[in-house]
Amino acid sequence: MIEDKPKGLSAHLPLAYPALMLGIFFIIPFGIMVAVSFFHREPGGFYLPGFELTNYRNLYTALFGRTLLFSLFIAGLSAAVCVSIGFPFTYFITRMRRRAQIVWLVFLLSVLSLSEVIVGFAWSLLLSRTAGVSNLLVWLGLMEKPVAWYPGLAALLLGICYLAFPYTVLVLYPPLSRLDPALPEAAQTLGASPVKTFFSVIVGSLRNAIVASFIMVFVFTLGVYLLPQILGRPQHWTLSVLITDQAIYQTNMPMAASMAIFFMLVSLLLVALTMAIGKGKKTKIS
Amino acid sequence: MAELILEDIHKQFGPVVAARDVDLKLPNGQFVCFLGPSGCGKTTLLRLIAGLENPTRGRILLDTEDITHTPAHKRNFGMVFQSLALFPHLSVGENVAYSLKVRHIEKSTRRERAAELLDLVQLSGFMDRHISQLSGGQRQRVAIARALAIEPQLFLLDEPLSALDAKLRESMQLELRELQQRLGVTTILVTHDQREAMTMSDQVVVMGPDNRVHQMGSPLDIYRNPADTFVADFIGSSNLLAGSCSGEREITVAQTRLVVDELPDNLSSGTPVTVSVRPEDILVVPGIEKKDNRLPGTVTFIRDVGSSVEIYLNCGDIQITSQSTPKNRPAVRLGDQATAVLPPAACVVLKL
Repeated sequence: MIEDKPKGLSAHLPLAYPALMLGIFFIIPFGIMVAVSFFHREPGGFYLPGFELTNYRNLYTALFGRTLLFSLFIAGLSAAVCVSIGFPFTYFITRMRRRAQIVWLVFLLSVLSLSEVIVGFAWSLLLSRTAGVSNLLVWLGLMEKPVAWYPGLAALLLGICYLAFPYTVLVLYPPLSRLDPALPEAAQTLGASPVKTFFSVIVGSLRNAIVASFIMVFVFTLGVYLLPQILGRPQHWTLSVLITDQAIYQTNMPMAASMAIFFMLVSLLLVALTMAIGKGKKTKIS
Repeated sequence: MAELILEDIHKQFGPVVAARDVDLKLPNGQFVCFLGPSGCGKTTLLRLIAGLENPTRGRILLDTEDITHTPAHKRNFGMVFQSLALFPHLSVGENVAYSLKVRHIEKSTRRERAAELLDLVQLSGFMDRHISQLSGGQRQRVAIARALAIEPQLFLLDEPLSALDAKLRESMQLELRELQQRLGVTTILVTHDQREAMTMSDQVVVMGPDNRVHQMGSPLDIYRNPADTFVADFIGSSNLLAGSCSGEREITVAQTRLVVDELPDNLSSGTPVTVSVRPEDILVVPGIEKKDNRLPGTVTFIRDVGSSVEIYLNCGDIQITSQSTPKNRPAVRLGDQATAVLPPAACVVLKL
């Protein structure tokens, strides 16, 4: 660790601007939300300043518990799917020629220009009975009659993974492209088959990057609130949907705020746990 | 341990030729260096032997077995890479025992063998260290131990010492040579450093910028009898004099007759040739002498580095460099008239 001595005001000046922006657009709104979560709700109206734990006490319902668990489940599942497809995919991209790599990355970045709404409706169309892909399969003689593949868990998972996949690749790309190509070659000269090499050396030496991309997709998926409503059934609605419902349709801001903060704390706890497990493994080695 | 034979090996990457018409026979148990300037294809040749590349043409034989298309992980060769390629997520012991783990050898046996190998490379007690805690020389040793873990039939090294500082490199060269002789494993080392090649090897394979093998022989043989001007110039330093054949055992260089001991076969009078003379074989005497095997000129520079003295002579159109020990330092000063004496035995005649 390098210890910096205080260098006077001018040295810290470049930091002032981002610090100011962070304060105005992140910390202050967040503070307001924390405050609102303790405010008193005025039924039929808005909310009054105060300090009460009612909003947190009201969280203790079966619906909230079930939705919280499902949110964490779908986020974990999406992260697992994205990373397990994204990692080999990114590895093969980094082994391509430079030009081909750029084409793939530009393509993936362009997917990011689609909003959650467009992606949701596009998939609902593609998975529908009347206009979906199943019609194509019927036409090809592979299916008897067209079927609806949405709403459902699989459709929701597909939509989320479609949204999160480019981020997964972009997080994994830098460490994978920096990987010394001699590492897998060394493993092979030592007798490891290509499959064994992939799991023991490539996956093994990039475990930190894999954990990082997993956490990234996990957190990203927790915030998705439109796709569950478009592609899922009501039992597939996540906590983000519930928060939106409280905030916008029930105009219960204190309740929405307390839900959001509780949800955030649980997520942070899980992320911290994941990182602790990753670190624990590392210290065991060294 | 085995004899390795390369038959008519040719390797092309798209339009770029990396190795051209290579025929080599590497004897059992010897230390062989592939020596050449960068881009001469020596690393490609090593990678072909390791099975990391496929030849465009030709065959690779280990004893009598054709291994041209055997994948790398089935060859049982140990290789040390230029970047060392140590696995950053494994400890020293796990790195060394990786090849044993792949072969499903029991954990206690693996640890035993790893400890044995670490003793061999003088890293006893480093078993549970992390790779990032090692110095450059220690990483080097780990890479060597890892490559030797399966008792390979061939031990391949791709410029493994190039990242070390000069002192450490020299001592590692001696150590590596000693290790190879103790184990008796057939070893191939790729290097661009001729001093390194001369230090360690039984046989040197010199490759040129045309991606061909120019000469194979013992280090001294290559130094004393270079096959062509490229080898003469690349191995050590040499005075290369253009001349022509003017009779039996006689070459004319700039109106001076050079009597030589040996001429290549089938050399007719008038054929242009190059004469290579090593600086340490040239004697400088004060004054002008006009006789056979003597080139008179002026001293243009004296480089005295303590352990040796180099004298640069300007003899008409020809630049001559001579080297002597401080004890036998010629009695000449800068600007003096002096004569370079080229003994017949020191003149190696090369066909163009």
